Amino acid sequence: MNELILIKLGEIALKGLNRKTFETALVKNIKHRISSLGGFSVKTAQSTIYVTPANEYSDIDEAEQRIKTVFGIAAYSRAARAEKDMDDIQRVAIEYLSDELSQCKTFKVEAKRSDKKFPLKSPDICRELGGCILERFPHLSVDVHNPEITVNVEIRDFGAYIHGPAKRGVGGIPVGTGGKAAILISGGIDSPVAAYMMAKRGVELTAVHFASPPYTSERAEQKVQKLLELVSRYSGRMIMYTVPFTRIQEEIQSKCPEELFTIIMRRFMMQIAQRVAEQNGCAALITGESLGQVASQTISAIACTDEACTMPVFRPLIGMDKEEIITISRKIDTFETSIEPYEDCCTVFTPKHPRTRPILKYVKLAQEMLDCDALINEALENLKVTKIGYDLYKEN
Amino acid sequence: MQVYFDNSATTRVSKNAADKAYRIMTEVYGNPSSLHSLGIKAEAELTSARKSVAKSLGADEREIYFTSGATEANNLALFGTVESRKRTGNKIVTSAIEHSSVIDACKRLENMGYEVVYLKPRDDGRISETDLQNAVDENTVLVSLMAVNNETGAIQPYNAVKRIIKQKNSPALFHCDCVQAYGKLMIKAEKIGADLLSVTAHKIHGPKGVGAIYIKRGTRIIPQHYGGEQESKIRPGTQASALIGAFGCAVNEIDYSAINHVAEIRDYIKTFVETLDRAYINSPKDALPYILNVSIEGIRSETMMHFLASREIYASSGSACAKGKQSHVLTAMGLSKQRTDSALRLSFSRLSTMEEAEYFCRVLKEGTESLVRK
Repeated sequence: MNELILIKLGEIALKGLNRKTFETALVKNIKHRISSLGGFSVKTAQSTIYVTPANEYSDIDEAEQRIKTVFGIAAYSRAARAEKDMDDIQRVAIEYLSDELSQCKTFKVEAKRSDKKFPLKSPDICRELGGCILERFPHLSVDVHNPEITVNVEIRDFGAYIHGPAKRGVGGIPVGTGGKAAILISGGIDSPVAAYMMAKRGVELTAVHFASPPYTSERAEQKVQKLLELVSRYSGRMIMYTVPFTRIQEEIQSKCPEELFTIIMRRFMMQIAQRVAEQNGCAALITGESLGQVASQTISAIACTDEACTMPVFRPLIGMDKEEIITISRKIDTFETSIEPYEDCCTVFTPKHPRTRPILKYVKLAQEMLDCDALINEALENLKVTKIGYDLYKEN
Repeated sequence: MQVYFDNSATTRVSKNAADKAYRIMTEVYGNPSSLHSLGIKAEAELTSARKSVAKSLGADEREIYFTSGATEANNLALFGTVESRKRTGNKIVTSAIEHSSVIDACKRLENMGYEVVYLKPRDDGRISETDLQNAVDENTVLVSLMAVNNETGAIQPYNAVKRIIKQKNSPALFHCDCVQAYGKLMIKAEKIGADLLSVTAHKIHGPKGVGAIYIKRGTRIIPQHYGGEQESKIRPGTQASALIGAFGCAVNEIDYSAINHVAEIRDYIKTFVETLDRAYINSPKDALPYILNVSIEGIRSETMMHFLASREIYASSGSACAKGKQSHVLTAMGLSKQRTDSALRLSFSRLSTMEEAEYFCRVLKEGTESLVRK
């Protein structure tokens, strides 16, 4: 059986003159994701991407799993190829869909004839194939409005393709077409979701994580790596920078007013993340903040943190409830890892009553107590670099 | 200097034991159930290990069954006996400070309709005999009590259990989880009146993945696995001959006199900790010296652990099986949240040295002075 995967483009099909750019990026991403499986060809024709296994040892089930997570795919279907001839189409359709057809009671056939040279018109194809299926599976009846299964036949340039109902892809637009941004990732539930959502809009990711040993553990850092690996199944591979943050936190703790600790710390994070972002060609920062969730996520606090950097800061979760965030986090399978009980940004330092409406003037005044530049430079000199998702997908 | 003070989590495998495992894996690799000579040689290794374990527990070798470890042994002891005694009664008496392999199994049994009594320890971390006496009755089918607690080292009244069962005219069997006591206190199954007893290799310088259960002759137990004649059908499946052989070696190397040396180290550290600001000893005075539980109030266990680890000192914040969760043992002892949050478990072995103890104390002091306290 010549089985393959047909991919329908999503939003990309709506793009105008730069549609080609999006298509090329998508094909490249698909190739990249399935390259380590070996033996698949990927080509585009007539707004459809064909992923064809080279031989019977190519793992098409795994290829399907990976294609499910590539942004830019609206729908896909596993299909069987037949010669462009009614006898062969009927033979392949009955063989390929026999399990499904024997389990259903009603069906219909839908035909699409892109190759207008094919002698039969679409309604004729439906009638002929439908008749043939009824003959072979007499328990079936035709229901054109609410069939349990739809048998699709597409007559295309390279052959005829038969498949059941198409499956939904993950949507979005291809990663890489939306530029590059740095995600500030803690290890909680929110930041992986924020990373996922921006990747969905085509953004390529770089990750910045702040670690405070010995207040935070090596396992907490490993947990972040694990989360990013899960995100990388969607976003593609990325580099994670771990920033040593203990010194800065200790300094803030000893020299600044307690209630401003969190806000000053966040300002440092933004400044450092921006520097890392610049060095990596990123044009924006991403955080997992949701308005009102904690003290540092009020409008005044966000205003104070944002003042510390010049890049745009994307907060895709800003208007979402925790429940909504958790739903996505379960969908992308990061939830179970997120809730593992390791300390992240060290509760040791969190003030009892953080200021929810900090006033920028005083925050800056307090921050002046510290040698900010020196602290930031020291942290930047000691960045740890970890490659994420590189072993999962082979170099193209 | 590298200091390993996490011997209650696991120990370094002794050279003899490791060599034995390697030799069995590469030379005596036959299936112990095979009829040819390589199989017979492998079986001989099992027999020799079984004899060692039996001797160490004052038991007959036919009373020793190898398992994958103490978790399996504990599960087998609990599920296997209550199932065989359904008509006798449906009450189990245990403690709130057992290892999770006993507590979680008991919770499952509760769901299955059994009544389980979890006795709380007194301030000294010990279950009181009076509480045991009040809990055990004619409906009790099993008493499961550990010999030594794995987080505090508190020695439990395991010697009193059988007497209490008799006094109360109870049909209960006695299961003793001896994982932390094994090789440190001389425990003979018959003498303490245990009908079932669990031990594991990796706490006594043997490999992980192998343990044993002692089942007193005549005790009926329903197997929890099916599939072969091995271990008298109590625990079928091809035996892990290399691990079992190494277990036997480790048992032969047990040195009860090491307790004196370990006590000196424990006392040195204990005395030092008592001089520190806001520091507390959570282990009772008469605890097994192999375990010392302390709290440095205000510094979270995790933080101190990582600080120590950065200086190559390895300790633990509680049971290694709980990975960061709050200790159910210290909570059951009624310690404040402050104390449980900052608890550190130091556990020693015969390989621990006084130099290590001195180095540890220096680093601990440095940590208490430099880390930010809450």
